[in-house]
Amino acid sequence: MLIYSLKRFGVAILVTFAVSVITFVLLHASGDPAMAMAGEGATQEDIEYVREHFGFNRPMLVQYIDWFVRALQGDFGISIYLKIPVAEVIAAKAPITAILGASALTFALLISIPLGVLAAMKPNTIFDRIALTIAVIGQAMPTFWFALLMMIFFGITLRILPVSGNTTWQHFVMPSIALGYYAMPAIMRLTRAGMIEVLSSDYIRTARAKGLRPRTVLFKHALRNAIIPVVSLSAVQLGFMLGGSIIIETIFSLKGLGNLAWQSIQRSDFDVMQALVLSIAMFYILLTYLADLLNAFLDPRIRVS
Amino acid sequence: MTALFEVKNLTIDIPVPSGMLHAVRGISFEAMRGETLCIVGESGCGKSLTSLAMMDLLPTTAIRNAEKMTFQGQDMRSFSEHQMSDIRGSQMGMIFQEPMTSLNPSYSIGDQLTEMLIRHKNASRAEARERAIYLLEKVGITAAASRLNQYPHQLSGGLRQRVMIAMMLMCDPALIIADEPTTALDVTIQAQILLLLAELQKEFDMGLILITHDLGVVARVADRVAVMYAGEIVEAGTAEEIFNRPTHPYTQGLLDCIPIPGKTARGAKLGAIPGIVPSLVGVIEGCSFRERCKYASDACAKPGIELVPVSGIVEEHVTHDYRCVLSADQCVENLAGNA
Amino acid sequence: MTVNTSKLPDPATILEPSPTQLLTRRAFGHTGLMIGGGILLIMLIMALFAPILAPFDPYDQDLAQRLIPPVWHDKGSWGHPLGTDNLGRDYITRIIYGARISLLIGFSAMLISGVLGTALGVAAGYFGGRVDMVITFLITTRLAMPVILVALAVVALLGSSLQIVIWVLGLLIWDRFAVVMRSATQQIRTMDYVTSARALGCSTLRIILSEILPNVANALIVVATLEVAHAVLLEAALSFLGLGVQPPEPSWGLMISEGKSHMFFKPWVIAIPGTAIFLLVLAINLLGDGIRDVTAPENRN
Repeated sequence: MLIYSLKRFGVAILVTFAVSVITFVLLHASGDPAMAMAGEGATQEDIEYVREHFGFNRPMLVQYIDWFVRALQGDFGISIYLKIPVAEVIAAKAPITAILGASALTFALLISIPLGVLAAMKPNTIFDRIALTIAVIGQAMPTFWFALLMMIFFGITLRILPVSGNTTWQHFVMPSIALGYYAMPAIMRLTRAGMIEVLSSDYIRTARAKGLRPRTVLFKHALRNAIIPVVSLSAVQLGFMLGGSIIIETIFSLKGLGNLAWQSIQRSDFDVMQALVLSIAMFYILLTYLADLLNAFLDPRIRVS
Repeated sequence: MTALFEVKNLTIDIPVPSGMLHAVRGISFEAMRGETLCIVGESGCGKSLTSLAMMDLLPTTAIRNAEKMTFQGQDMRSFSEHQMSDIRGSQMGMIFQEPMTSLNPSYSIGDQLTEMLIRHKNASRAEARERAIYLLEKVGITAAASRLNQYPHQLSGGLRQRVMIAMMLMCDPALIIADEPTTALDVTIQAQILLLLAELQKEFDMGLILITHDLGVVARVADRVAVMYAGEIVEAGTAEEIFNRPTHPYTQGLLDCIPIPGKTARGAKLGAIPGIVPSLVGVIEGCSFRERCKYASDACAKPGIELVPVSGIVEEHVTHDYRCVLSADQCVENLAGNA
Repeated sequence: MTVNTSKLPDPATILEPSPTQLLTRRAFGHTGLMIGGGILLIMLIMALFAPILAPFDPYDQDLAQRLIPPVWHDKGSWGHPLGTDNLGRDYITRIIYGARISLLIGFSAMLISGVLGTALGVAAGYFGGRVDMVITFLITTRLAMPVILVALAVVALLGSSLQIVIWVLGLLIWDRFAVVMRSATQQIRTMDYVTSARALGCSTLRIILSEILPNVANALIVVATLEVAHAVLLEAALSFLGLGVQPPEPSWGLMISEGKSHMFFKPWVIAIPGTAIFLLVLAINLLGDGIRDVTAPENRN
């Protein structure tokens, strides 16, 4: 178990490193930070000056090492637009995205797990059909469009929810649903498939032969086993949601990391973009790492060996 | 002696794409306290479904019907799922074929043993634990107390089956059904487990229904035997009768397939039954074994061949029924002439 | 033995249907597959014959005819069955031309990611060992990078055009191909026919091309459909944010973006292109699910 978690940790560090290299190279190969920094209306000399002064004329490798060494010390540079350290900007915006992500995942789990269980208990019935239909529709709905439709319906037709901003909890309702909705089909399908498999397993027959109450059989013996793969998937989905927050936060004007990313892209704010991609990636890596550990903890076959 | 469990004319039908599969076609038997009943037959003859039907654990698509089905005198057909779950595990236990997959991988042995007693007898955790240790020792598991904290994957198949047996004994049931409990185990372990079951049956004075295709096993532990073929009982009776005077050609064929110490001559050829089990989809008229039977005649195709007593039995408690158009004497003669 | 043994056996039961016949029969019996295939076919026809089918020119503006509602609306008319946008361009024409862009981007991005992902996945699954380790690491790294964010950043820096969107998406979404092909290849690799091909001295390339690929084809097709849908959704999102297809091209995502400022009082301006995206993605997903059910009915659940 210890060796396993250490090994996984090593891989996590390596992946983080690889993401940082790729992001750095990708951004620097796609655009010119000197030009972005000099701003619009800058002359060729201005740009050359910036390039010289900030070292953008050095080889990419040297620039990367320079950036990496500073990043290790928590210095991700300074936002050229906001003129404050990138780490501070991100720290200030992160809570909003964290709330959004957590509530979106909660919403997705609260809907999709019971639905998946119900569908699995009564396969090929009306419940199952409804669940599958929701899954199929959910997978085909563009997130941003779904968000806009909700805005029209709840914000304008019913006038019960605010359509933009992040001052009250009501502001988070629609964004969470919009973001969570996209994760539902996958979680629902996996729960259903897992439950169908577990419910037809020999040990569930044993549990029933022991005369246990139906709810004990269902929750203690079946769900506990079916839920193990769902844990990993939820972690992955939460990671995807952070990536997807850029669309949702932009639409609902939530001032979180997604919104920051969107604005930084428009401003060609290199250091912020880089730090954002890296921090979202790191968070994803951390999530999957924690999910693996939780899996190992839930499954005695991994835990006790 | 009154029957612990009694079923009359049990049928199990399963709808399949090509029609209705009549998996069990009107069987009747009873299980007594303190007695071992062996149900014998090839794979697919309906013996496992019969055992599941007794526990009301059939797959949801299967349709169960019976003229009479009682457990300790109560009509089981009228039981709700709730009443049924009160009986399962507490008065009627079941041991399955696959010890490797029959225990929940996520919970410790102790948890899986004790939860039964807590559920059925309102026992405290400590009481349940004590009983679990006692029973684990009874089924021959050493260091029982420390085993409670182990998980199924840490135990071998033989040990897991012992745990299963201990589990089903937790609530001191009146009847245990064991569905091919040793098929998935190593040959060396098989005998141990069976003898253990037979021993426990005597010690706890339970009824035991042992479902198997292994006649060697039957010979060692059975008090009474029912031979099933294609969803019907073709021969039933006390063990001694069945082994000494096998009457139905199918039973004769089955016995011919295994060597019996002291009976089968050294170097003698073992028999084999040619052909395959008929499809159970649709109605079978006449004797279901006739296509594989070397004594078959036109009479065998006529419907209405009933299970009838073998004539000439006078001793008390000795029973012997068979289902064949030939007379019992003729059947026995056939066998003699064949050997 | 059964009651009707006297009857002559049905000829169909003597001649077993061929695998292809079975497959076709199952395909036509599969509702989802038929609906998905049907919608996709209509979309393909729309894309291919756009100039013939569309009543107007997709770029023709008519500022006198701005934001006309669709025909089912009180103020709608058959002159513009789906109404017009804020520049007076005919909506149904732009929807029909939009199918071209969605399908073009969807299929091209899928092809790029498919080639890349399959190559990596098959290599990882076939060679195992170090190769597998490196490729698995690549997959993990790729999964850790947020697709939309990276795509937006790169497109924003490079400047957006159809080609750039296709390449960026194609180079980003190969992960599922790699994951599925890797495990499929791992399974096939241990099969006896691969071992015997190796024993016969076939070259690695030959084994991969003639033994491995044909046997992972079903899984490949299923992933391919899912990735077309994925790419269509991503393109719509990029265009919606203004970093995908550029105006005045009639991309559905862009149409939603352009209609956004009018959506509260004229909701159809976003409802119509959104429905088009939804239907296309739904159709492709249904087709993919259907193909999976039909080719591997045993893995239904």
